Amino acid sequence: MKRFRPGAAAAVDGVSLEITAGEFFALLGPSGCGKTTLLRMLAGFERPDAGRILIDGEDMAEVPPYRRPVNMMFQSYALFPHMTVAENVGFGLRQDGLPKAERAARVAAMLDLVKLGAFAERKPQQLSGGERQRVALARALAQEPKLVLLDEPLAALDRKLREETRFELVRIQQRIGITFLMVTHDQEEAMSMASRIAVMAAGKVVQLGTPQEIYEAPASRFVADFIGGVNLLPGEVTGSEGGRLLVASAEAGGTILAEHGPLARGTLVTLAVRPEKIVLDAPPSVANRLEGVIRGFAYRGEASTLEVELATGRVLRVSVANNARRREMHGLGDRVTLGWDPTAVVLLVR
Amino acid sequence: MSDAVRRRAVLVLPFTWLLLFFLAPFFIVLKISLAESAIGIPPYTPLFSTDASGWHLYLSLGGYEFLISDSLYFRAYLDALKFAAVSTVFCLLVGYPLAYGIVRAARRWRGALLLLVILPFWTSFLIRVYAWIGLLKGNGLINNTLLALGLIDQPLTLLNNAFAVYVGIVYSYLPFMVLPLYAQLEKLDPALLEAAADLGCRPWQAFARVTLPLSLPGIAAGALLVFIPAVGEFVIPDLLGGPDTLMIGKVLWDEFFANRDWPVASAVAIAMLVVLIVPMAFIRRLLQEEAA
Amino acid sequence: MINRLSPFLLTMMVVAYVFLYAPIISLVVYSFNASRLVTVWAGFSLHWYAELWRNEAIQRAAGISLEIAISAATGALVLGTLAGYALQRYPRFRGRALFGALATAPLVMPEVITGLSLLLLFVALEQAIGWPEGRSVLTVTIAHITLGTAYVAVVVQARLAAFDRSLEEAALDLGARPVKVFLVITLPLIAPALVAGWLLAFTLSLDDLVIASFTSGPSSTTLPMVIFSSVRLGVSPQINALATLFLLAVALLVTAAGWLLRPSQES
Repeated sequence: MKRFRPGAAAAVDGVSLEITAGEFFALLGPSGCGKTTLLRMLAGFERPDAGRILIDGEDMAEVPPYRRPVNMMFQSYALFPHMTVAENVGFGLRQDGLPKAERAARVAAMLDLVKLGAFAERKPQQLSGGERQRVALARALAQEPKLVLLDEPLAALDRKLREETRFELVRIQQRIGITFLMVTHDQEEAMSMASRIAVMAAGKVVQLGTPQEIYEAPASRFVADFIGGVNLLPGEVTGSEGGRLLVASAEAGGTILAEHGPLARGTLVTLAVRPEKIVLDAPPSVANRLEGVIRGFAYRGEASTLEVELATGRVLRVSVANNARRREMHGLGDRVTLGWDPTAVVLLVR
Repeated sequence: MSDAVRRRAVLVLPFTWLLLFFLAPFFIVLKISLAESAIGIPPYTPLFSTDASGWHLYLSLGGYEFLISDSLYFRAYLDALKFAAVSTVFCLLVGYPLAYGIVRAARRWRGALLLLVILPFWTSFLIRVYAWIGLLKGNGLINNTLLALGLIDQPLTLLNNAFAVYVGIVYSYLPFMVLPLYAQLEKLDPALLEAAADLGCRPWQAFARVTLPLSLPGIAAGALLVFIPAVGEFVIPDLLGGPDTLMIGKVLWDEFFANRDWPVASAVAIAMLVVLIVPMAFIRRLLQEEAA
Repeated sequence: MINRLSPFLLTMMVVAYVFLYAPIISLVVYSFNASRLVTVWAGFSLHWYAELWRNEAIQRAAGISLEIAISAATGALVLGTLAGYALQRYPRFRGRALFGALATAPLVMPEVITGLSLLLLFVALEQAIGWPEGRSVLTVTIAHITLGTAYVAVVVQARLAAFDRSLEEAALDLGARPVKVFLVITLPLIAPALVAGWLLAFTLSLDDLVIASFTSGPSSTTLPMVIFSSVRLGVSPQINALATLFLLAVALLVTAAGWLLRPSQES
C-alpha cells in the first residue's frame, strides 16, 4: 500500500492519493496541471513543502533519489550516450554492487523482456525512437523497484508504434507485477492502459476512478470535456417523471429526459451527451428526439463525425460508426432526427 | 554528504585560490601605492612599524601627488582612453561586416569562416604585433609595394606613430569584437528582415531599422571586450608606438622596470582600476544577462 | 554562398581576412629569405632556421615556457572546471557575487595590473613567510593558473548550460550518488569542452609576455620575454623562423583538437 499526500505551492495543491501495489495508475491532465511536479516529488527530485510520501509505509521525506525504491522512465529516455545498451540497463545494478555475472544475467533477462536482446552492444544513437524507449523501460525495471514512474512514455512515438507499445507496456506490467505510475496528457493513452486514473487540473485532483467511471460519469464539465468529445447543453430541472428528471434546455429546444438521482426543481444543470451516444435517424421509441440539419461531415474511416444544426441554431456533434462497407450515407443539408436514451446523458450540477 | 557540504567542497579550492591570488594582490597594490620609494629590498617603505612608543602607521600620498602634479600621467590616461575608444570604433567598423557576412554565408561555411577569424588568435600575440613592424616600417613591405607601384615618391611614416597603434589594437582585438557580434547576429530571425522587405523596406533601411538595433547587445559586449583591455595595453604602444603615443599601460611598465618606482607604479595601477571599474561592472552585467 | 552576400559585404570580408592574414603570411615568407634585410627578397634559404637551431637562449626559454604552460593549463583546468560548475549549478550561495566577479575579472583586466599585483603579492609573501623564494617558474605558473582559470570557467559554464540534466537525474534515480554521477556521467560528456579549455589556457600561458615579465625571475625567462627583448632592437629573421615554427605547431594542435572534438562523440 502506498499513500502519499503532497501539498505544495501552486504546483500541487492538497493532493491525496492511495495507490495499490501492482496496479497501473495514471495521472492525467493538461500541461501545467501539476502532474509532472507530483511525479518528480515521488522520484525525489522535488521536495514537497507539506505532506508526506509513504512507500510501503516508509516515509520518503529525507530519502534522496538514489536511495528510493523508485525508478523513473524519462520522457526523453535520458539514455547515457557514452554507454552501450547493456551498460545502460546494467547501470543501476552496478550502483547496487551486484557482481558481474549476476548483473549480466539480469541485463540479458531485461533485454529479453523488451525484446532487444540483439541490441546489447549498440549505442543509443544507433537505435530508433521506439527501441530507445524500450531500453529506458528495461533500465527502469532492472532493479525491480517497488514503483516505476513513467513520464509521458508514448509522447515521442509515432501513431502506429504508440498503439503497439500501449499493449506491450500493459502486458509487461502485468507479467512482472510492479506498480506503474504513468503521467500523461493523452486521455486515450490513460484510458487504454491504466486500471485507475486521477484527473488533475491546476494542481488538484478533480476526479479519481476507473477509466469507465471517468468516461461515463464525469464529475465535472472539465472532466467531461477533457476526456473524449462531448456535447454540453445548459438546462434547468423542471420536474420528474417516473424516476427520471425533466430538464428544460433552451439550446436543445425542448425538454430532455435524463436518468439521475433526485434534484430540486429549478436546479441549474449541464447536460453532457457523448457524440457516439446520439442516434441518427432515431425511431419514435427513443425518448429524446430533436430535429436538425447536417451542416458538417467528416469521414474518419472507422466512424464519421457529423455536425448537426438544431432548430435553435445550436450545433451538436454526432459520431456514427462505419459498421457496413457500403451504406446510404447522409449528405450535407439532409434533415435528420437525432435521439438519445435517458441513460446516455450525464447531468452535471452547475 | 549533504548538498551544502558538497557545495562547499566544490567551491573551497577555486574560491580560496582566487581570494589569495587575485583579490588579495589588489589590496597590496593599494597599500604600496601609499608607501614611498626606498632603497633596498623591497624598494618601498613599510606600512607600519613598532617601536618603544607603539605602532606607527606610515601613509604617504606622495605617489598620487606625483601622478596629479605631472601632466604626463594625466595625458597618458587620456591618451590611453582615446586610443582605446577610437580603436574600438575601428574594430567595430571592420568587425561588424565580417560577423554579418559570416552569418549570411551558407551554413556549412560558417564554422570554417569563424575558425579562420579565431586562428590568428591562437598564434602568438607578440609575434603578430611584431609582424606589423616588418610591414609598416620605412623600408617595409607596404612602403616598398607602394613605391614599386609608383603610388608614392617617398616612404610613408607608418610606424612608431598613432596610426600603427590603431592598426595594432584593431588587429589584435578583432576576434573579441567579431565573436560576440556573431553570437548576437546569429540569433536574429531572418524572417524579420523578410517581413521588413515585405512591408516596403529597402535593404539598407531594413538593416538600419531592424538588424542594427537588434544587434546592440552584441555591439556593446564586443566594444567592452575590446575597450577595457586596450586601455591598459603595453606591448602595442611599446613596439608600434612612438614618443607621442604614450599609453598608461606603458607608463606603468616604465615606472616599474625603468624607474624602479614601485609606489608610483602602484598608484598608476590603482588609478587605472578606478577608471575601469565602471565599464568592467557593466560588462559583467551584460555577460550575466547573456547567460541567463 | 555568394548570392546571399552583397558585393559590398563580400569585399569587406575579403579585406578583413587579408588584413588578418597578411602579417602572418609575410612572416612566414620572409623566414625563408636569404637576406637579413627582411624586406628585400634575396632568394630562398633555411639559414635562419639553422641559426635558430643553434640559439641556446631561445631553446632554454622555449623549454621553460612549455613547462610553465603545461602546469598552468592543468592547474587552470582543475580550478576553472570547479568554478564553472559552481557558477552554473549553484544559483545562490553566500559570496556568489564576489566569486563570480573574481572568476571573470581576469578576462578583461589589463595585464599590467594583474602582473604588477601578483608580483607585489609574491614579494609581500616572501617578506612575511619566506615563501615563495624569489621569482621563478613557480610564481609564473601561479600567475598563469590564475589567469587561465577565468577562461576555463567560461568555457565550462557554457558547456554545462547546454547539458541535458535529465541524464544526471536518470543516474541519480538508478542509485548513483552525486559525486559518482559527476565522474561517470557529467565529466565524460563535457570532456571536449575540458580539452578546449586546457588548450586555451595552454596557449594563453605560452603566449603571455606582460604577466610573465612581472612575475618571473632570472632563472625563468620565458620565450615571449626573449622574443620581446629581441624585437625591441628591430626586426630579426630568426624570430620570423621561430614564428613560422610556432604557426606550424598551432596549426597541428588545432587540427588535432578539431579531430578530437568531432561531433560523433555524443548525441
